[in-house]
Amino acid sequence: MTDLLILGPVIGSMIVAATPLLYAALGELVVEKSGVLNLGVEGLMLTGAVCGFAAGYSSGSLVVGVVGGALAGALLGALFGLLVLFLMTNQVATGLALTLFGVGLSALIGQGYVGIPMSKAGVIRIPVLSDLPILGPALFAHDALVYLGLLAVPAVAWFLYRTRAGLVLRAVGENHAAAHALGYKVLRIRFLAILFGGAMSGIAGAYLSLMYTPMWAENMTAGRGWIALALVVFATWRPGRVLVGAWLFGGVTIMQLHVQGLGFAVPSQLLSMLPYLATVVVLVAISRDVTRIRLNAPASLGKIFHPDA
Amino acid sequence: MTDTVTPRLALRGITKRFPGCLANDAVDLTLLPGEIHALLGENGAGKSTLVKIIYGIQHADSGSMLWEGAPVSVADPAAARRLGIGMVFQHFSLFDTLTVAENIALGLDDAGPMKALEGRIRAVSERYGLALDPQRHVFDLSVGERQRVEIVRCLLQDPRLLIMDEPTSVLTPQEVGKLFETLRRLAAEGRTILYISHKLEEIRALCDGATVLRGGRVVAACDPRARTARELAEMMIGEELTAPERAPQVAGADGTALRLEVRHLSTTTDNPFATNLKDVSFAVRPGEILGIAGVAGNGQAELLASLSGELPAADQGAVLIDGRAVGHLGPRGRRDLGLAFVPEERLGRGAVPELSLSENALLSGYARERLVRRGLVHFGRARGFAERIIDLFDVVAHGHRAEARSLSGGNLQKFIIGREILQKPKLLVVGQPTWGVDAGAAAAIHQALIDLARGGTAVLVVSQDLDELFVLSDRIAVLFHGRLSESRPTHSTTVEEIGLLMGGLFGTATDEEER
Repeated sequence: MTDLLILGPVIGSMIVAATPLLYAALGELVVEKSGVLNLGVEGLMLTGAVCGFAAGYSSGSLVVGVVGGALAGALLGALFGLLVLFLMTNQVATGLALTLFGVGLSALIGQGYVGIPMSKAGVIRIPVLSDLPILGPALFAHDALVYLGLLAVPAVAWFLYRTRAGLVLRAVGENHAAAHALGYKVLRIRFLAILFGGAMSGIAGAYLSLMYTPMWAENMTAGRGWIALALVVFATWRPGRVLVGAWLFGGVTIMQLHVQGLGFAVPSQLLSMLPYLATVVVLVAISRDVTRIRLNAPASLGKIFHPDA
Repeated sequence: MTDTVTPRLALRGITKRFPGCLANDAVDLTLLPGEIHALLGENGAGKSTLVKIIYGIQHADSGSMLWEGAPVSVADPAAARRLGIGMVFQHFSLFDTLTVAENIALGLDDAGPMKALEGRIRAVSERYGLALDPQRHVFDLSVGERQRVEIVRCLLQDPRLLIMDEPTSVLTPQEVGKLFETLRRLAAEGRTILYISHKLEEIRALCDGATVLRGGRVVAACDPRARTARELAEMMIGEELTAPERAPQVAGADGTALRLEVRHLSTTTDNPFATNLKDVSFAVRPGEILGIAGVAGNGQAELLASLSGELPAADQGAVLIDGRAVGHLGPRGRRDLGLAFVPEERLGRGAVPELSLSENALLSGYARERLVRRGLVHFGRARGFAERIIDLFDVVAHGHRAEARSLSGGNLQKFIIGREILQKPKLLVVGQPTWGVDAGAAAAIHQALIDLARGGTAVLVVSQDLDELFVLSDRIAVLFHGRLSESRPTHSTTVEEIGLLMGGLFGTATDEEER
């Protein structure tokens, strides 16, 4: 029985580890659904992490910190949008450049903040439910951003599949020429999607520096931006599957710690490879299912739109 | 035209200049309520630019537009829709992975909730006889059904002017007949229809008035019913039209030697968007043109890929060239045996858009024209070959260095067909030889194919355009749901008979059942 009880905190920490992945991947999903491939998620997350930390530290308020992280992500996203949409640069190259830029920029901004500890965010215990065995600590004793992240999944799904704005966004990602012919502002819609994606990546970064490990360290995202990108494809562009994937990948992260703690002689490097291996396996599996790809992958993904062509 | 009726739409002196060309030069156009008006012209005559200006996608440099007597400027398509202008595009502006209802909602400014919209779609499609299921995904629909989606989308806005851009190019004759019924009913309700086409017989059957554009200018306005198709065509191209000449079939063409033989060919792919071939058999003799008709999506792509070698046959004896089993060979092996192939898609499959014409000439001609030596490209010879094609087939291009994508559809098609013909193939397989090609270039391509066959090559033409098949073919067969009908000699069959076969009525031509 005691063995089972340990499952509660383990699942709980898995969900916490999944939270930054969830934010970043949901943001990127919306961006890709509009037809833009932003490979700069890692850079956006780092910038969000350092700016969020700086804002939170100097104001003493976590809310200000998270908002600061979101704004920083959106601002850097706006730069990306300006380049790929209005100056029509190559999306892949620009995204990679954005990641490199974000690594350097965050290190520069973060010089004065290295090694300063911050107090952790308070846990919101949901009355009654948090006292349940196993399920309580697993699901109902987290900080506010975890709950908000979980709510963001149905919210994004509802936006994409139930609202007119979401329909227009999917249409733009599917066939931008046709959307343009119908009179939709392709570039404006994509720019807004990129801003949203940037803000979500910024929140993901701020979550790391303010809540997950409340401190700033260079390169502290440690590849989570890339996992988030892989997650979107892994989930075949469906929000619900992003959640499942984030838990899975979060679980692998937690497993690294527990496996070492239990004394198994598995190299930790091998375990940190697991999310990527899982992605490759899933990619191979889903590529065989043409219907599913055709139905969910945005057909204009990564293509440059020339309004006058 | 009467002076008492206020025109629905009047254009005065519309001019639009693009870098390097004058697309519209002081164009006047008057459309009356209840009129079906044809806008005629070759590719590049300025028809598309003009309707894009009417629909607000592009803006005129000068000129004015009167809508029901009042001057208007149309800023964007939404403004056009508010005025009461609807447009059905030539290349459907549909979203494959969205449902019919979602696609229609995207074209409406007041779509409202989905459930209510689905009801409105059903109501309109019943009223005008345009059967549609709002919940199906568009990639699931036939081309005719896709067009219905576009039309219903327009009708839901209750337009007073409906613009139709080349609506019949992808329909069977029976579908065309149904479309015309719908259009006449719409005109009888007082709506105006602007009908863009280069199919002259259709225009003569349908339209009350016609405006002919050439080089961006209005060259004639006439009543198409009072003109012959030949007169209209000559107004369009500005010179006398020469119909392809058909020399009698060469002797021996009906002999026993078969250049291409296909025996019980079936394909199996797990792609849900493909139509598998089922037990297809036919033969083509040297000097003969066999036409294969059918609405797109009935297995044409699979048949062409099976013949070119892109889709090798499971049974190597299913495809024979000069009696040799080649089912297992890929495209290169079959080309070595004398096959030449012109695919349906000009850009991306027939030619690489970003490469120059001489590089594109090299891609299929490198072996037979010996353009490569010891693994190194002989650019001089490649250039010579490209220039020969440009010269002999009258391709309008900025020399052999021009990128393939910079050519108009007709010129690129002439280049690709010329590239294959000059390699003196024993067997030529062509998909949609004149798809989206203007009348002048189409006539040249038809003549080239007939000349090639009369020189002893076996030619197979897969096309949706029945007029074309009747001009070219010695025999016609029809592909439907992956099955091929018996072929019939062209001189002893009719468009109506082939049209029924295209609807799937093999052997039961008296049956009036419709799909």
